[in-house]
Amino acid sequence: MMSLTFTLATRNLFHDRLRLVATLVGVVFSIVLVMIQMGLFLGFGRIVTTMIDHASADVWIVPKGAKCFEDPSLLDVKLQDKAASVEGVASAVPLIVGFSDWRLDNGEMTPVFIVGADLRDHMLQPWSLVEGHVDALSQRGAVAIDRSYFDRLGAAGIGSTAEIRGRRVKVVALTDGIRSFTTTPYIFVDLKSARLYTGMSAQRASSIAVRLKPGANRENVIRALRAQVGDAKVLSSAEFRSRSRSFWLFGTGAGAALFAGALLGVIVGTVIVAQTLYSSTKDHLSEFATLRAMGSSNRYIYNVIIYQALLNAVAGYVVAGAIGAVVVRLTATSALPIVITPWLVVALFVLTVTMCVASGLGAIIRVIRIDPATVFMR
Amino acid sequence: MNDAVIEAEEIRKTLGRGAGEVQAVRGIDLTLRRGELTLLMGPSGSGKTTLLLILGCMLAPSSGRLAVCGTPASGADKEQLAKIRREHIGFVFQSYHLFPTLTASQNVQLALDIRGEHGREAAKKACDALELVGLEKKASVLPAELSGGEQQRVAIGRAFVASPSVILADEPTAALDSANGRTIMRILADAARERQRAVLVVTHDPRVVPFADRIIEIEDGLFVREEAGTSEHFRSWGRAASLS
Repeated sequence: MMSLTFTLATRNLFHDRLRLVATLVGVVFSIVLVMIQMGLFLGFGRIVTTMIDHASADVWIVPKGAKCFEDPSLLDVKLQDKAASVEGVASAVPLIVGFSDWRLDNGEMTPVFIVGADLRDHMLQPWSLVEGHVDALSQRGAVAIDRSYFDRLGAAGIGSTAEIRGRRVKVVALTDGIRSFTTTPYIFVDLKSARLYTGMSAQRASSIAVRLKPGANRENVIRALRAQVGDAKVLSSAEFRSRSRSFWLFGTGAGAALFAGALLGVIVGTVIVAQTLYSSTKDHLSEFATLRAMGSSNRYIYNVIIYQALLNAVAGYVVAGAIGAVVVRLTATSALPIVITPWLVVALFVLTVTMCVASGLGAIIRVIRIDPATVFMR
Repeated sequence: MNDAVIEAEEIRKTLGRGAGEVQAVRGIDLTLRRGELTLLMGPSGSGKTTLLLILGCMLAPSSGRLAVCGTPASGADKEQLAKIRREHIGFVFQSYHLFPTLTASQNVQLALDIRGEHGREAAKKACDALELVGLEKKASVLPAELSGGEQQRVAIGRAFVASPSVILADEPTAALDSANGRTIMRILADAARERQRAVLVVTHDPRVVPFADRIIEIEDGLFVREEAGTSEHFRSWGRAASLS
C-alpha cells in the first residue's frame, strides 16, 4: 500500500479546485506553447529540405557559398560533364531553380518558384501526383502545380493556363501537399523550360545532382569530385540538408525566434506552477508544521510537495498532449505543419516534470523554515 | 526498570534579546515517569508552554540537560529532534490540528506513515486506536463532520497509535464542554495507568485536576508547588483551584 504522502498531495491539490484549475491552465499553456514552438521548429526544419529529401541524388555540387537549395547563386554547367566522368558516378544532372512571375488570365501577377530538372533522369520530379503525368511536362509550356495553390495561381485544375515571363503555360499535372514554406508556389517544369522562365543562360545551373553507381564508395567519390569541380562545393545529401536547415533556421533567425518562444513557455509555466505551489504550501503550512511537530522528517514533507508538483505535471501534460494532437492534425496540410516526433513527446514530458519539480523548490524552501512549535501557538 | 521517560535537569530558557529578554524557564528539574499523569498548571506567561516545547524537543533550552527515553536531546540538530519526537513522543494539541482533507482513520494513520509504517498493518493499528477512543464507527469521516470532542479523540488516537512512551497534551480540554473534557481526560488517564505511558497535560482547566497523579504549578518560569496523590486527594485540590 502506498504512503499517505500521495493521498495528502492529491487532497491538497483538489482541496482548492480553482487554484488547481489555474495551475493546470498555466502548465497546459506553457507546454502547448513549447510544443507548438518546437513542433514548428521541427516542421520548418523538415519543410526547408523537402526538395533535397525528394531528389534521388546522393551527392550535390552547388555554387561556392550556396546556403540552401533555393540559393540564387549559379555554377558552370560544364561541371556536369566533369562530374559524370568521375568513377563511381552513375549520373550527374543540372537543376535549375529560381523565382519568376506567374500572370493569371485576369492579368494579376504572383511570384512563383520554378523547379526544373531533366525529366528523363528522374532526379527531381514532382511527387504526390493526384492528376496528370510527369511525362507530360516534356510538352512545350507544360507545368505541374500543387492543388493547394489553385486560388493563388488562378487555376482550376488540369488544362488551366497562365503566363510565366510572357510565355503561355498549361497545367498538365497536379500534386497534393507540396507546399512552400516561403508561401511562394513551386512550379515544376522540365529543364529547358526552367531556363526560359528564370532567364538563366544555357551555360549556368543552380546545382548539379549526382547519383552514385550501386556499391560506389561515397567518400571516395566525393573526394574525387572535389578534385574536379574547383571552387564549387561538393556535399553529400545529408550535408546539403544540414546546410539548408541551418541557414533557414539559424541564418535567418527563424529558429532563434522559435526557441525564444519555447523558452518563454518554459519560464511562464515555471513561474505559474511555482507561484501556485508556493501559495498552496503557504495555505497548508499549519498542516506541515503539525507533521513536523509529530516528528516527520523534512523528506516526508518534501515528498508531499514533489507529488503535488508531479500531479500537476502529469495532468497538465495529458491535457497539453491532447491539444497538441489536435493542433498537429489541423496544421498537417498547412504551409508549415507542426511536427511532433516521439523524441519531442518524451522531451516535453521530461521538461514538464522538470519544470514542475523545479517550481516546487520555492515551496520546499518555505517549508524548511517551518517552526513546529507554531502548532502550540493557538 | 527505570520508569523515567523524560529527564530534565536545570532547564533554562531565555527568550528575546536586549531589553525584551525574558527568562521564560529558570532552572527547572523534572522527571516524567511511566504510569503517571502529570498536570502542569499555571497562569498565562508562566512558562508552561515554553517548558512543554522544550520537553517535546521542539525548542532547544538555553542551558540544562534533557533526555527522552535515555536519548540525549540537548545539542541535537533539528532532524535528530524530529526523530526523537517521532519515536518517543505523542502530541495532543489544543486546536486538534487534524488534516481537514484526510479521514479520521487516515489522520491517525499519519503518525505511523511518518515512521515508515504503511499498508494493512498500519490501517489495522489506526482502527484499533480509533476503537480505543470510541470512534471506530467514524473511521471514514472527515474532521469537519466531527464534533470538537470527537476531533480531540481522533487527535488522541493519532498520539497513541505509534505507542509512544510519553504523551504531551497542550490544553486538551480547553475547547470542550465538561462532558467531552471528562471523556478526554479519562482516555489520557487510562493511557497513563493501563498502558504505562508518561502523560503530561498542560492546562488552565481545574476540572481536569481529579484525573492527575501529580500536579505541578509553575509561575514566572519556576515550579512553585508540586504535589502527588490520589484522585480523591486532588478532588478537593481541584475544587480549591477552581475557587481561587
